Amino acid sequence: MSKLHIETLVNGEPVEFLCAPDETLLSALRNGLGLTGTKEGCGTGDCGACSVIMNDRLVASCLVLAAEAQGASVTTVEGIAQGEALHPLQQAFLDEAALQCGICTPGFIVASKALLDMHPDPSEQQVRYWLAGNLCRCTGYDKIVRAVLGAAAKMRSAQA
Amino acid sequence: MHTQRFVAPLTVVEALRFIETEPGAAILAGGTDLLVQYQGGIRRPTAFVDVKRIPELMRIAADADGVTIGAGVPAADIAAHPAVRTWWPGLVEAVCLIGSTQIQSRGSLGGNLCNASPAADSTCSLIVNKAVAIVAGSNGERQVPVEHFATAPGKTLLQPGELLVAIRLPKPVAHTADAYQRLIPRSEMDIAVASAAVSVTLDASGVCTSARVAIGAVAPTALLVPDAADALVGSVLGAAALSTAAAAASAAARPIDDKRGPAAYRRTVVGVLTKRVAAIAAARAKEQ
Amino acid sequence: MSERIFTAVGTRPVRHDGVDKVTGRANYGADLSLPGMLHGVVVRSPHAHARIRSIDTQAAAAVPGVKGILTGKDFALTNAKLGLGEGAMDLKDMSDNLLAREKALYHGHAVAAVVATSVTAAQEAARLVQVDYDVLEPVLSVDRAMEADAPILHESMVTQAHPAVEPAGSTNVAGRMELKRGDIEAGFKEADIIVERVFRTPTSHQGYIEPHACVVRVNEDGRINIWTTTQGPFLVRDATAAILGLDAANLKVTPSEIGGGFGGKIPVYLEPLAVLLARMTQRPVKMVMTRDEVFRASGPTSATKVRLKMGARKDGTIVAASASLYYEAGAYRGSPSGAGAMCMLAPYSVPNFFIEAYDVVVNKPKVAAYRAPGSPMAALATESVIDEIAQTLGLDQIEMRLQNAVKEGDRAPYGPPYGPIGFRQVLEAVRNSAHWKSPVAPGIGRGLACGFWFNAGMSSSATVTLGSDGSAAVVTGNPDIGGTRVAQAQMVAEELGIPVERVRPIVADTDTAGFTEITAGSRTCYATGMAVIDASRDVREQLRGRAAKIWGVPLDETRWEHGSVAPVNPSAERTALTVSELASKLAKTGGPIIGHAAVNPPMAGPAFAAHICDLEVDRETGRSRVVRYTAIQDAGKAVHPSYVEGQMQGGASQGIGWALNEEYIYSANGVMENAGFLDYRMPVASDLPMIDTIIVEVPHPAHPYGVRGVGEVPIVPPLGAVANAMSHATGLRFTELPLSPPRVLERITQGS
Repeated sequence: MSKLHIETLVNGEPVEFLCAPDETLLSALRNGLGLTGTKEGCGTGDCGACSVIMNDRLVASCLVLAAEAQGASVTTVEGIAQGEALHPLQQAFLDEAALQCGICTPGFIVASKALLDMHPDPSEQQVRYWLAGNLCRCTGYDKIVRAVLGAAAKMRSAQA
Repeated sequence: MHTQRFVAPLTVVEALRFIETEPGAAILAGGTDLLVQYQGGIRRPTAFVDVKRIPELMRIAADADGVTIGAGVPAADIAAHPAVRTWWPGLVEAVCLIGSTQIQSRGSLGGNLCNASPAADSTCSLIVNKAVAIVAGSNGERQVPVEHFATAPGKTLLQPGELLVAIRLPKPVAHTADAYQRLIPRSEMDIAVASAAVSVTLDASGVCTSARVAIGAVAPTALLVPDAADALVGSVLGAAALSTAAAAASAAARPIDDKRGPAAYRRTVVGVLTKRVAAIAAARAKEQ
Repeated sequence: MSERIFTAVGTRPVRHDGVDKVTGRANYGADLSLPGMLHGVVVRSPHAHARIRSIDTQAAAAVPGVKGILTGKDFALTNAKLGLGEGAMDLKDMSDNLLAREKALYHGHAVAAVVATSVTAAQEAARLVQVDYDVLEPVLSVDRAMEADAPILHESMVTQAHPAVEPAGSTNVAGRMELKRGDIEAGFKEADIIVERVFRTPTSHQGYIEPHACVVRVNEDGRINIWTTTQGPFLVRDATAAILGLDAANLKVTPSEIGGGFGGKIPVYLEPLAVLLARMTQRPVKMVMTRDEVFRASGPTSATKVRLKMGARKDGTIVAASASLYYEAGAYRGSPSGAGAMCMLAPYSVPNFFIEAYDVVVNKPKVAAYRAPGSPMAALATESVIDEIAQTLGLDQIEMRLQNAVKEGDRAPYGPPYGPIGFRQVLEAVRNSAHWKSPVAPGIGRGLACGFWFNAGMSSSATVTLGSDGSAAVVTGNPDIGGTRVAQAQMVAEELGIPVERVRPIVADTDTAGFTEITAGSRTCYATGMAVIDASRDVREQLRGRAAKIWGVPLDETRWEHGSVAPVNPSAERTALTVSELASKLAKTGGPIIGHAAVNPPMAGPAFAAHICDLEVDRETGRSRVVRYTAIQDAGKAVHPSYVEGQMQGGASQGIGWALNEEYIYSANGVMENAGFLDYRMPVASDLPMIDTIIVEVPHPAHPYGVRGVGEVPIVPPLGAVANAMSHATGLRFTELPLSPPRVLERITQGS
């Protein structure tokens, strides 16, 4: 099968790649572009480990075809930190010990960023429901929810 | 065989022309069902036709008489639309239950209808709100009430070469409101074990003048249940009317046993949901 | 043990591997790619029980890009044995599990493997491998497996029985063991109340988010490199070598970051196949399971049936217990029924008991370890029956448990007397907790349950190297699943008196690290930690030698003091030298310093836990929701309290999932119908409240800091805590998990 040539913006950088018509965005990111920070836990959109932000929307990259990314803007976990500075969410995950094995962490970081971009002051319940599509088997979510609420508070006070 | 082609037409005409020549092609909107089925080897289309670059399929247009929602508009956009939020809080409840945040960024009403799962969350709400599917084909457009759209699990009355373009919802009359609930074991992420949507219209004294009740995941397709609606009409939606409606919903259900729940359980619970949802819809209608 | 003042231990530093994990740089099993790499895919049995008549690979081999196909014919079953930590495994069985030879024993059992230039080509070829099966009746429960006319999985199976019995023909009973004490009949005669119930739990999975994955490269000189996600790199090396008849000295296993294991990443599933495919093709081979494969063909934990009869006096004193445990092993022997038997009465002093435990093979995937293997299901029975006895007698639940709680010197049901243990302190902490003291809201049921786990010791090694800048690196061989690296760095920091940020903890490959047992059994922080402490002390001793040399005094005129070496007799020329000062002089005082240690602690500190669960039940739908939850546990000493809390919270939520919704749903012909995260319903964030934790610290005397293991015991109480909460919320006893809405509603409907 002939491959498609796709031009897109990944983490602010213009990139080009070739993909099969049925290749997922997840596969293109990991195998095509070497961005292995985005993880595959299920391949069916049920675990959130492959979360990326595409055109300002949180999506499961395992359920997006790579070809759909033509002309789009994609943010992966590799694009969350600003240069040498960690994003407040990343720092909060470290400070709160909100990760154990860490395989779900990139997905949680990306999903939480999408949440705070839209809702800077979420309630605990809002955080829990927003992140319901991101499975974590290690933490029981307690410290993750605290990290997200903590990062949100920090980001708000930095804005004020 | 793996799918060999990906196309992204820019107009309805272009899309129709493509699917006419390639009957094995699959329409790709949000992909949240199609790509799962593809990965699982259940569907192997010859081509993916991404319809998200066609303006008619991607816009929500509100006018004095109602709202037209493009078949490819993602759930998150529908839930955020002011007119939709005002007129159909139950539809908003339903689209906000379509999978996770990630899924709601992509999943669409068109996909929900065309996938034709009896458990699709939006379908019951569309039915009770008298939604109509706008279907384009080479012979022009036709309109189909949503309750007739699915014919069996995974089957619709779309003919080869036809494309679902949009869903039209007529503006509700005064003192009308809807509500939707489903039963799932967890709080999120599950497929409905049973679901119910109700729309009621009240008169000034709070008497129900018209009602529509639809139930999901308890039959091969979502069902409109006129008996349950009849039980509500003429009442003030008190306990007796609600439990008659609940019984009618349970009676109309034709559930199966599967991994998501036993038939007997679904039959019972769909009645409970009908009762609860009718009460919520009534409270909302009163508030107007 | 005297109170020790800690400086680094007990603090909450940021983990050293954290930045890589929040930025996506950390490399997990599926993240490695090598030039020229091929992709391997496994062909799996569509039948739960079938004899393999023949396998035709011709059509598959013709698919463009296919480079090789492997079937059971291609490698012989081994008879080698290997002790593998938590339950020795039979390598012959493990080998047959890797690729079925005569029979496919469960739906998803590997029967062939294909290697190709792309995953797509390999998958396509895998679909074209033609296997001719003689389909047999599947055995899907212990009840059926033990019936006289049940189909037999293994014709050659002999029950491994303790005490021994005469073999009586073909059987599916792989093992039977007994534990007893006192006079059971006399004991029950003393009882004022006897409760007997039968409990059932379903097959459930560890549910780690990262699927199994590995990459293998075979070098021209026969050296084999395996990169894999595992809890035990040395185990992968030794098991792979033994199964394939290779010299382990030629295998090097490099563990990737590991995306969860909980016991499920102890066995080998892919690595030996990848080695064979890499040898066949002389190209690197990558194999990654799909989620579907993880569910169908890795190792979940046993479905169980547990009968428990318990007698107590009116005052709550337990006088007798008898129990029968039937645990599914899956397709090959080796369920944790023995551990269940040993754990089930371990928190209580029961003068008369008789426990029999059966290990039964069925046509399901071979079970693997799952966090305190065997104990949660047994504890469900014990804690439910105690709850019922207390309720019936009108006794306070905590008082009744305290009255029977084991203490130091009491003999464990499995033999030895307990050393200092913290069960009573845990129960006191429950009683004093804000949660327990709070009123129970209307419509809510509150459940309490306790749990026990042994914890493991076993072999570990560590190396600590001191840099001339006074920083240190610590190298061990335990993959870090939940924060063990930072804990090890804290131990080095504690011992050397240097900042924890100046310690670099490293998980090394099998050529670099000294032999170390698996990351399992709650042993890493405890046993490997002891090696780290000893290696750090080795560094300290060497530093004393350097100071002695600088001062020109004998070694015994120096002493270690708060991160420095001090002279016993100080003078103007002889003042204490810090680690940094001594480190800067390494080259002039004898060269680099490396501390080594290897340990094999015989006795781990048993852990006890208690959980409190508040559950709200919708009586019209049977749906329930955990509204408040507190986990209490004796950690001995919490090295990094945040990660101890994390273990408690994670174990609690896994247990809640097991109790409420998780289960393998099987069709009548033995096909798992819910092999995905959509329908295998693990808790999501919105299902749970915050999980409060109370860490009790009763030091374990065999460890320098008092550490006990923490990782496993938190999954023991939740099944009972949730079931008891459900019982109190509904006024009905629940003995079968999961407590899914249909099951609960059915009981409510019948009960009223």
